[in-house]
Amino acid sequence: MSSDYEISDNEGDYYDSDEMMEDYQNDDQDEDDMEMDDYNDDFRINTGPKRKSYEVDYTSLSQSSVEESLKEDVDHICGILGVDPAVAALLLRHQGWNKESLIEKYMETPTKVLVDSGAAVPEPAREPIVRAHSVDRSAAGPSSRRAIRSNSKLLSSLTLPTRSSAQKSISSPAASASKFRKDAKSSEEPESFVCPICFDDSPELKPVALDCGHSACSGCWNAYTISKIRDEGEHCIRCMTEGCAIVAPDDFVHNILVSDAAPPGSDTNENLVAWTRFQELLVRSFVSSNSKLKFCPYPGCTNTVSCPSATSKSVLTTMVPIVSCGAKGIPRSANDKKPAPSSPSGITSLYDKEHVFCFGCPIESDHRPVVCGVARLWLKKCEDDSETANWIKSNTKECSKCQSTIEKNGGCNHMTCKKCKYEFCWVCMGPWSEHGTAWYSCNRYDEKGGIEARDAQSRSRASLERYLHYYNRWANHEQSAKLSVELYAKTEKKMEDMQITSDLTWIEVQFMKKAVEEVEKCRMTLKWTYAMAYYLARGNEKDLFEDNQRDLEKAVEDLSELLESPIETENIPVLRQKVTDKTVYVQKRNEIVLEDTATGFLDGRWKWNVSVDGFEDPAEEVRID
Amino acid sequence: MTSISSRRLAKELMEIKNEGCPVGINLVQADDFSTWLFTIEVMGESLYQNEKFTLQFRFDQQYPISSPAVQFVVTEGRQAPVHPHVYSNGHICASILGNEWSPVLSVIAVCVTLQSMLASCKEKHRPVDNDRYVKHAPENPKKTRFHYDDDTV
Repeated sequence: MSSDYEISDNEGDYYDSDEMMEDYQNDDQDEDDMEMDDYNDDFRINTGPKRKSYEVDYTSLSQSSVEESLKEDVDHICGILGVDPAVAALLLRHQGWNKESLIEKYMETPTKVLVDSGAAVPEPAREPIVRAHSVDRSAAGPSSRRAIRSNSKLLSSLTLPTRSSAQKSISSPAASASKFRKDAKSSEEPESFVCPICFDDSPELKPVALDCGHSACSGCWNAYTISKIRDEGEHCIRCMTEGCAIVAPDDFVHNILVSDAAPPGSDTNENLVAWTRFQELLVRSFVSSNSKLKFCPYPGCTNTVSCPSATSKSVLTTMVPIVSCGAKGIPRSANDKKPAPSSPSGITSLYDKEHVFCFGCPIESDHRPVVCGVARLWLKKCEDDSETANWIKSNTKECSKCQSTIEKNGGCNHMTCKKCKYEFCWVCMGPWSEHGTAWYSCNRYDEKGGIEARDAQSRSRASLERYLHYYNRWANHEQSAKLSVELYAKTEKKMEDMQITSDLTWIEVQFMKKAVEEVEKCRMTLKWTYAMAYYLARGNEKDLFEDNQRDLEKAVEDLSELLESPIETENIPVLRQKVTDKTVYVQKRNEIVLEDTATGFLDGRWKWNVSVDGFEDPAEEVRID
Repeated sequence: MTSISSRRLAKELMEIKNEGCPVGINLVQADDFSTWLFTIEVMGESLYQNEKFTLQFRFDQQYPISSPAVQFVVTEGRQAPVHPHVYSNGHICASILGNEWSPVLSVIAVCVTLQSMLASCKEKHRPVDNDRYVKHAPENPKKTRFHYDDDTV
C-alpha cells in the first residue's frame, strides 16, 4: 500500500516540475538579456538527443524567475485556502514552502497554523483589538480573519475550486495593498500619538502597525526593518512589541522601505539596498527548502539552478550532476577596482569563468567523472591525511605486534611499545628477546623474527605509499590547473606575437586559446580520476579505467608541452597544425574518460575498495583500508 | 538615527526624573547618552538582602532598535551578585538582553526584570561554566552569544 502511494506522489512531482521548467524557459525568452538567450540555445542543444551520458538536464534561473515560481506557489495556496496572498506567503515561509504539509496542517488546525506562522494574533489577545477596529476591519477585510472564523467556507472552497479562485481574485492584490494604509489610518484615531519606541509625539508622525495593532512611527519601523534585514539577514520580521509574534507581510516591508509610506527622513539608498536584500533572502529561503533547486554558491551571484533529476540521494550514485548557473565571472561591483584584462577583440578572459558547481554536494567545482560520495571521501582524506601521511612516512615505524605508530625521539634501540608492551629492536624490528645479550647492537638482519616484522612493516607502509602516489598526482594536476592562469596570460602574449610575426589573423590564432582551455578542462578531469582510482577495487574494470586515464594524461602532457614550446616564425604553420590536431585528440580522450565512467556508473560497473554511501559494501578481499 | 537614540533616551531620562525609579532602583549617573549607571537592590525576603549592586547600561546609536549592553559593575569594590545567570565579571545571561530584546522595552523595564530575576533566585551560585566564560569573555557582553536554557529563574 505504502509503495503505491509513493509512486503516485512522485508522478505528481514530475508533472509539477515539468510545468515549472516550461514556465522558466518562456520567462527567459522574454528577457532581452542577450547572454541569457545565448545560453539557453546552448542548453537546448545539450538536452537534445545529443546530450552526453556524463551531462545532466538542468535549467538555470535568474532571481526574477525564481520569484515568479514563488509567486505561483503563493497563488496556489491562496486558491486552495482562500487567504490573502500576503498571508499565504507567511504560511508558506513558516512551513518551509512545503505546500502539501501546509494544506494538511491548515485543514486540521487553521487557527494554530495562522498563529504559529505569525499571520494572525492568538485568540485571547485578538478579540479586543478586533472590536476596537471593527468598523475598519470589516471594510478592509483581511481575509486571514475570515478564514479563521469560517471553516465551513474553507471546506466548500476546496470542493469547488472555481469559486475559490474567483474569491481569490477579488480579495488579493487590492486588499493587501490597501491594508497597509488602512492600518495606518485606523491607529491614527487617537488625537495625539506618541511612538512607544522613540517617544516622539510630533503631529506629522505616521503611526504604523501590523494586524496586532501595536503601532510605532514609520521612522522606527523603517530603522527596525533595515536592522533586521541588514544586520541579521532575517526575512521573518516580527512586530517590535515584546512577546508579539506577528510577522510583517511582504507588502508591509515593501511599503515601509520603498514607497510613499517610507519615512521622509530615511536614506533612500539604504532603503533600496535593504529591500533588494529582503527579496534575495526570500528567494534564498525558497530555494533552500526546495530540493529541485540550488542557489549558485559563487560570491555575489543570485542565480539558481533547477535540476529535478538530481534530487534524490540514490541517484547520486549513478550520475554527477555538474551544473552551471549561466552567469560568468564576478559581479561588477566586486570587480570595479580592477577591470578584468580582456583583449581589444573582446575575447572572454579567464576572469569570466563560468559558475560551475555540483548540484548534489557542496563541492564548488566540476568533480567529474567521480561521484559525489567518493569525491567527498577523497577530499576528507586529503584534508586529514596528506601532510600527516608524509611526515609519518619519514619519521615513524609501527610496532610489529600492535601496529601502533611510534616515533623514536631518543634512547637506545631496545623499544618497548607503550601500548602492547611488546619489546623489539628499532633497527631490525625483530623481537628483543632474540637479541639475547648483544645489547644495543643489531647485527641479526637475517633472523626469522626480524624478517617477518619487516614484512609487516612494509605492508603497512605500502598503504601509505599507495595513498601518496594518488595524492601527489592529484595535487600535481590541481597545481597545474591553477598555473593555467599564468599559462593563459603567456598564451595571449604568444597569440599577439604570432599575429605580428606571421600573416595569421586574430581568428586564426584562436587555436592557442582553445588548446589552453582544453588542457585546463582535462586537468580537472585527470585530477578527479586519481581520486577515483584510489578508491576503485582492483580488477579488470580498474585496469581499463587506468588505461583511459593514462591515454588522456599522455595526450594532455603532449599538448601542454606544445603550448610551452618557443615560437619560431618559420614553423608556425606546423605548430598550428600540431596544436589543433592535438587539441581535438585531447578533447576526444577526455570525452572517452567521462563517457566511459558515466556509463559505468549507470551500469553499476564500478566497485570500490572502501564502503561508500549508497553503494554495496566491498568484498573483503578488495578492501584496502 | 542619532536623533532617535538620543531623543528616546532623553525621554526615558525625563520620565525617570519626573516619576522616579521603582522601589530598590536608583539612578546614579546619566551624564550622557552613552553610559548610565543604576544601583539595584532586592526588596523584601530574598537571598540578596542588604546587598546593593551597580548596573551599567551602554547604548549605541541604534538604540532602541538594538539592545543596550547591560552588565553589573565589578570594579572599585563593587561585586556582581552571585546568581546562576550572572558571571563573576558582571556579564548577565538573560534573553531579553539578547534575542528577545524588543524596542518597546526600556531601561527601567530591564532594571525591573533583572531585579525580579534576583528576587526569584533560590540558590546562590555562579553559572556552571563561569571560569571558562570569564577567561575568554569579550569586553562587551553583547558580543557573546548566550544560549538561554533556563526559564525558571
